[in-house]
Amino acid sequence: MNKLTMALAGNPNAGKTTLFNALTGARQHVGNYPGVTVERKEGAYQRGDFNAVVVDLPGTYSLTAYSEEEVVARDFLANEKPAVVINIVDAANLERNLYLTCQLLELKIPLVVALNMMDVASDRGMEIDVENLSAFLGVPVLPIVARSGKGLDELMAAAQEMAEGRLSPPDPAKVRISYGDDVDQALLTMTRLIRDQGLLKGKYPSRWIAVKIIENDEALIKEVNEDSLELGIRLLQEADIVAAHLMKTFDTYPEAVIADHRYGFIKGILKRGIITHRYDENRLYTSDKIDRVLTNRFAGPLIMLAVLYSIYQITFSFSTLPVAGVEAVFGWIGGLVEANLGDGPLKSMLVSGVIGGVGGVLGFVPLIMLMFFCIAILEDSGYLARVAFMMDRVFRMFGLHGSSVMAFIVSGGIAGGCAVPGVMATRTLRSPKERMATLLTVPFMNCGAKVPILALLIGAFFAQHQAFYMFGFTILSWIVALVAAKLLRLTVLRGEPTPFVMELPPYRFPTFNGLMIHTWERTWQYIKKAGTVILAISILLWAMMTYPGLSPEKEAVFVQERDRIATLYEVGNETGDKLLQEVDNQQEGAVLRNSFAGRIGVGMEKVTWLSGFEWRTNIALLGGFAAKEVIISTLGTAYSMGETDPEDAGSLGDRLAADSAWSPLVAMSALIFMLFYAPCFVTVVCIAREAGSWNWAFFSIIYSTTIAFILSTGVYQVGRILGF
Amino acid sequence: METISLRRMAKNQRGTITAVRVAGDLGRRIRDMGLVTGTVITVQGRAPLNDPVALRIRGNTLTLRNNEADFIEVEVEN
Repeated sequence: MNKLTMALAGNPNAGKTTLFNALTGARQHVGNYPGVTVERKEGAYQRGDFNAVVVDLPGTYSLTAYSEEEVVARDFLANEKPAVVINIVDAANLERNLYLTCQLLELKIPLVVALNMMDVASDRGMEIDVENLSAFLGVPVLPIVARSGKGLDELMAAAQEMAEGRLSPPDPAKVRISYGDDVDQALLTMTRLIRDQGLLKGKYPSRWIAVKIIENDEALIKEVNEDSLELGIRLLQEADIVAAHLMKTFDTYPEAVIADHRYGFIKGILKRGIITHRYDENRLYTSDKIDRVLTNRFAGPLIMLAVLYSIYQITFSFSTLPVAGVEAVFGWIGGLVEANLGDGPLKSMLVSGVIGGVGGVLGFVPLIMLMFFCIAILEDSGYLARVAFMMDRVFRMFGLHGSSVMAFIVSGGIAGGCAVPGVMATRTLRSPKERMATLLTVPFMNCGAKVPILALLIGAFFAQHQAFYMFGFTILSWIVALVAAKLLRLTVLRGEPTPFVMELPPYRFPTFNGLMIHTWERTWQYIKKAGTVILAISILLWAMMTYPGLSPEKEAVFVQERDRIATLYEVGNETGDKLLQEVDNQQEGAVLRNSFAGRIGVGMEKVTWLSGFEWRTNIALLGGFAAKEVIISTLGTAYSMGETDPEDAGSLGDRLAADSAWSPLVAMSALIFMLFYAPCFVTVVCIAREAGSWNWAFFSIIYSTTIAFILSTGVYQVGRILGF
Repeated sequence: METISLRRMAKNQRGTITAVRVAGDLGRRIRDMGLVTGTVITVQGRAPLNDPVALRIRGNTLTLRNNEADFIEVEVEN
């Protein structure tokens, strides 16, 4: 039998996800709606021999086309025609929640209302006459407590009946909301036109189309015009007449009139004894008392700093051990391959390309899990909305949103973060342009892999003022990121700020189950989607730095040199080993210089001399695209010092300090370039995933490299003129 | 009774919305969130930098920026 589809619709914070988790447990699948970054969550539901697919629609306040979420929800309802829609409604916030219900009723879809958080409502001294509410709305209304599972059986029994067609869908006569004489008149005419011509028939009810046209809903008007341009123009004329009339007589917009009447309709129902308040409606609850402290003018920001700092600490210190564990396992596997395979390209590819690549992907997993766990706590408890509330004024100046702060901190706003979880943290942002600007600028922050580079170059060239320079570069990364965000918002991401109007939901204790599901599904997405691409790029980068290798004649020179040393010293002689090691290092250096990456590095000198970089630095920068740590190890190879451990690069520092191609000015210019040029490709892959297109990922590489080049060239050239 | 813009309301001041003078996305969003003519609101507080503002509306809390509050006219109680 074909499985029936059930959809969950409701306001954000109404408990939709909790209900979804309760219904489907771990049998969930998270994907994306085509072309947008909105998550599509599906799960299997079983009740006796009744099976259904449950789709968790994105949380929306309305079905206008305000946001991607609303468009997705509306299209789903219209195109996929679920057998039943369960509209989850927050009993403690009934009036606002019923606003969406009204619109679902007008869509005439089979609807069951789940009145959630009955416990909270009764704590607040509210009594709701469920039976009468159901009678007035013309659909079944079932009281539930999604967190504890109370009432779910009855709810699902009603949903099943509705889905199987044993209950009748909403009665249009009952839910015909009057929008006032003027609008109603126009609606009558328009509905008749739409019905006569069969406009978008079977997709939307005719009166609903008319309402949306008067509301000036652009997405729908476009759909109408595609179906019949002629009728579309005719209908818009009608709508314009009402609009002009309303503006003249009442000095107001048609969409305002429609919203006012919808709320009027709800108020009318609730007034008929549906809801009784035992206490003053606006009295302060525990949650509001907590807010008096947590959003207090003085205490609020301090507590917020403490909370953000501890998330940062938890994410990065608790992950040290598991990350080291993952690295150790892959190191062990690498060692195994190293020991058991004969020398050759296959071994080199397995060790450096495959194992290094997969290890690189999985190495981030503990970080990402911990970060998502912390974010899930902040999100589910309601604190994240407060952070946005407090930080918005600052971030808005740069065209961002209050919620952006989280992504910046995790990426390395406090030096030592990581842009991969930072990029993924932008999911909590609901405004598309602000989100994109955040996504593209968080990689400028000082991530953990940039810190050793800072330590190396500062240690080698600015040893007297290490702390000062470290701190200075952290501040500089903030400045560059925020200014870049502003520039993006003035150019490619130009546009009005997304309205901030949002809810501060009451504080709630997150459920353990919810946290686990949240954390796991996001982590799994990272492993699955990012993993394959990252492996491919990792092999590609390996090949670029290995091939074509040395010519036989050049190779012979090194072999000869080794033989010469072998004849001079006995096996195991210390001086002899040292000399042999040096030959190895020189050979590695020669291979690197002759590789594709090396040739590109040499070729790039034509441009990079402007910033003071020679070919060795260029190769290291190319390698840094694999991961910023690689910059140091590649520099080591390029300077024929063997692969250098980023944690212990003292000798490389000395070598650079003594090299004639380097000076404090070059070091400064190089540091600036290394901090701000293209993000590592794991980040780039994640940006592509989060932005929903590779174009943005390529854009990210190009624009950040351009910014880095301009800044470092500026510093280098001005520095030279000033005589540094 | 006097009518002022929401931006100018003081903390803990109460009033009734008389008009929302904005169309388009912002207007839609404001109305979807329940800020419609006839709604009683109380200013609950402001963010540390005075912007955005938090409102008490029907027992729940909403926030909006000052430049968004400019479009909302409120008849305030003294």
